[in-house]
Amino acid sequence: MTPNDKLKATRNKKGLAGFKIDLWNYEGEKGALIPLLQAAQDTYGYIPATAIDQISEIVGIPAAEIYGVITFYSQFRLKPLGKFLIKVCDGTACHVNGSERIAGVIEDELQISGNDTTEDGLFTVQKVACLGCCSLSPVIMINDETYGRLTPKKVQQLLKEYKSKAQKPQTA
Amino acid sequence: MKTIKIGLGTCGVSAGGEKVHAALKEAIAKDKIPVRLVETGCMGNCYQEVLVEVIDEDGRSNLYGNVTPDKVGRILDEQVLNDKPVGEWIVKGRDAAAEDTFFAKQKRIVLRNCGIIDPDSIDEYIASGGYRAIQKILKECTPEEVIEIILKSGLRGRGGAGFLTGMKWRFCRQAPGDKKYIICNADEGDPGAFMDRSTLEGDPHSVLEGMMIGAYACGADEAYIYVRAEYPMAVRRLRHSIHEATKKGFLGKNIFGSHMNLKIKIKEGAGAFVCGEETALIASIEGQRGMPRFRPPFPAQKGLWGKPTNINNVETYANIAWIILNGADAFAAMGTENSKGTKVFALAGKIARGGLVEVPMGLTINEIIYDIGGGIRDDKKFKAVQMGGPSGGCIPATMGDLQIDYQKINQTGAIMGSGGMVVMDETTCMVEMAKFFLRFTQDESCGKCTFCRIGTKRMLEILERITDGRGRQGDIELLEDLADKIRNNTICGLGQTAPNPVLTTLKYFRDEYEAHIRDKKCPAHSCAPLLTFTILADKCTGCTLCARVCPAKAISGEKKQVHHIDQEACIKCGKCFETCNFNAIIKD
Repeated sequence: MTPNDKLKATRNKKGLAGFKIDLWNYEGEKGALIPLLQAAQDTYGYIPATAIDQISEIVGIPAAEIYGVITFYSQFRLKPLGKFLIKVCDGTACHVNGSERIAGVIEDELQISGNDTTEDGLFTVQKVACLGCCSLSPVIMINDETYGRLTPKKVQQLLKEYKSKAQKPQTA
Repeated sequence: MKTIKIGLGTCGVSAGGEKVHAALKEAIAKDKIPVRLVETGCMGNCYQEVLVEVIDEDGRSNLYGNVTPDKVGRILDEQVLNDKPVGEWIVKGRDAAAEDTFFAKQKRIVLRNCGIIDPDSIDEYIASGGYRAIQKILKECTPEEVIEIILKSGLRGRGGAGFLTGMKWRFCRQAPGDKKYIICNADEGDPGAFMDRSTLEGDPHSVLEGMMIGAYACGADEAYIYVRAEYPMAVRRLRHSIHEATKKGFLGKNIFGSHMNLKIKIKEGAGAFVCGEETALIASIEGQRGMPRFRPPFPAQKGLWGKPTNINNVETYANIAWIILNGADAFAAMGTENSKGTKVFALAGKIARGGLVEVPMGLTINEIIYDIGGGIRDDKKFKAVQMGGPSGGCIPATMGDLQIDYQKINQTGAIMGSGGMVVMDETTCMVEMAKFFLRFTQDESCGKCTFCRIGTKRMLEILERITDGRGRQGDIELLEDLADKIRNNTICGLGQTAPNPVLTTLKYFRDEYEAHIRDKKCPAHSCAPLLTFTILADKCTGCTLCARVCPAKAISGEKKQVHHIDQEACIKCGKCFETCNFNAIIKD
């Protein structure tokens, strides 16, 4: 049985919905654990426990060891994300231009502290090392949109906009 | 036909480049304007993004800066259709009134194609001389001769440590074994550094070609590019470039009719700073936790899957083809005795003109900051420049005449590093800066060595109490003692260099530490717990705004009367200072 067949068999056995098998081009090559975890996260938005079990079965690495790899790398999440992911850049350039103040305003406004998700599941805040647009600092990203040259006032305004966006009923 | 180029590196996109691109596309299609619209990478002057360049039939061009979608109409109308440049928006070019000092002192080798060619087009790379170097060496040189050329050029690894690239290749070449690997380290992790990202986004083929030449010299037939997953655009462009090169037969079996075979694969990193260290990077490619191991054996003897492996970073590879085509002597003619060629820096922080710059080695820090970077933002005073990221250090403004040179920078206690250059002004607290970097390394320590895992934590705690106003006599000595122990009792570069930001700030700004500890004052007025906020009676209008935003209800006063801050109740959050519209609140 090729690894891909094995993968299909596992899926059928566990009957997981939304499991995008074509993303998982696993051909039994060495060192595939991290790409598989990345694929799982792409599929689910985070790495659910069931995915760990499946990957463990496919690559033959104990789940505990996989868990060790997941928690080593900051990219991997074990909890689902909020609707809006706010990445607050705390690279050197943003830092000297006041990113801590920006982070503080976001925490105050959303009533959370550190890297966390709001109770309503709307916002997840993540401090990141550098978004790489240092000349626009301080910078945050909300989902795929980048907002630069921020001030506390601009951030408050932005969050207000996103909150009202979320409350409006989705139009098709 | 005229050509319009738009810079769509990450810097351009974050500044709104996609919207400008869409506006251009729409306007061109709508009015059937006869012009070629091309996407390109980072042009360098990121502080003026979005950048749009209009190139005439004769090759002369005008570069427009700070372009927004509503400026597109006039640029198309006046410059493209009627040859009347919109003078006030031009930042560089034949009709620029402003003096072009940003580019005058630069010398572009690594960035030779960045912002000029379409990175997604292999044909444009070939037209600009691409893939000629690899063909040349396959025809004319033995692998040993290639190594000789690179050695003679004096090229040092641009990832930070500055080891001679030719030597590294020779070690790998001479290591016994049939199977060898080449790795490109594109795990650019220093906060405040974006050189490699811009190179990968702007000219991916130059990196591929450098890797091919390296593979030929070392005798490798398989290669990996380990790139940060946080660089989605770079990953996409690399994938596309590898695909194009393979389609043309430049990668794969019997490259250019020779006996050389090479496969290049991409591995996306998963966000661990320590994976920039070569043994940790190898562990990560192998699918494990990215923890460094003892060296020797060096990767050149026992690397990926236990086979001899050569690792260089993006910028190093991007230099290679140029050296082969222009000769080792041309490269060695630039720079100082110990440092040849050029270096790319990501200029950021409190600088007026931030962006990506490439300068010949030997230029002074002042030349980079004032002549290229245009000095400090908002007319503030230049205080220090941070080089080398969390492994580097702060060089004070008084040493501005220092030349860019591996040895000279090392002597200051900082390192050349990969090229992050973050400029600080008088409002930056150096103790706070040291704390910032230490928090970063503390966070990123893999935990293998006790002194890195626990020592950095203790150092961070000391710095936290100093900036909180709880510093004690003897804290400085304690920091120095811990720094010394961490440096000498850790196995990888992360631990060994982690104390550098603290040591250099202690060396050059010791008085700031002392002011925090002894006088409980922050000379830069940056550490909030050490500040006192007061209201100036002659400026306060009694608008009550500050009293309303104060979360501690520490501000009192009647409407239209001077307000007062109760220092006992003040929590020093600074909200009143930010809110006041009359500059009536001062911090000291």
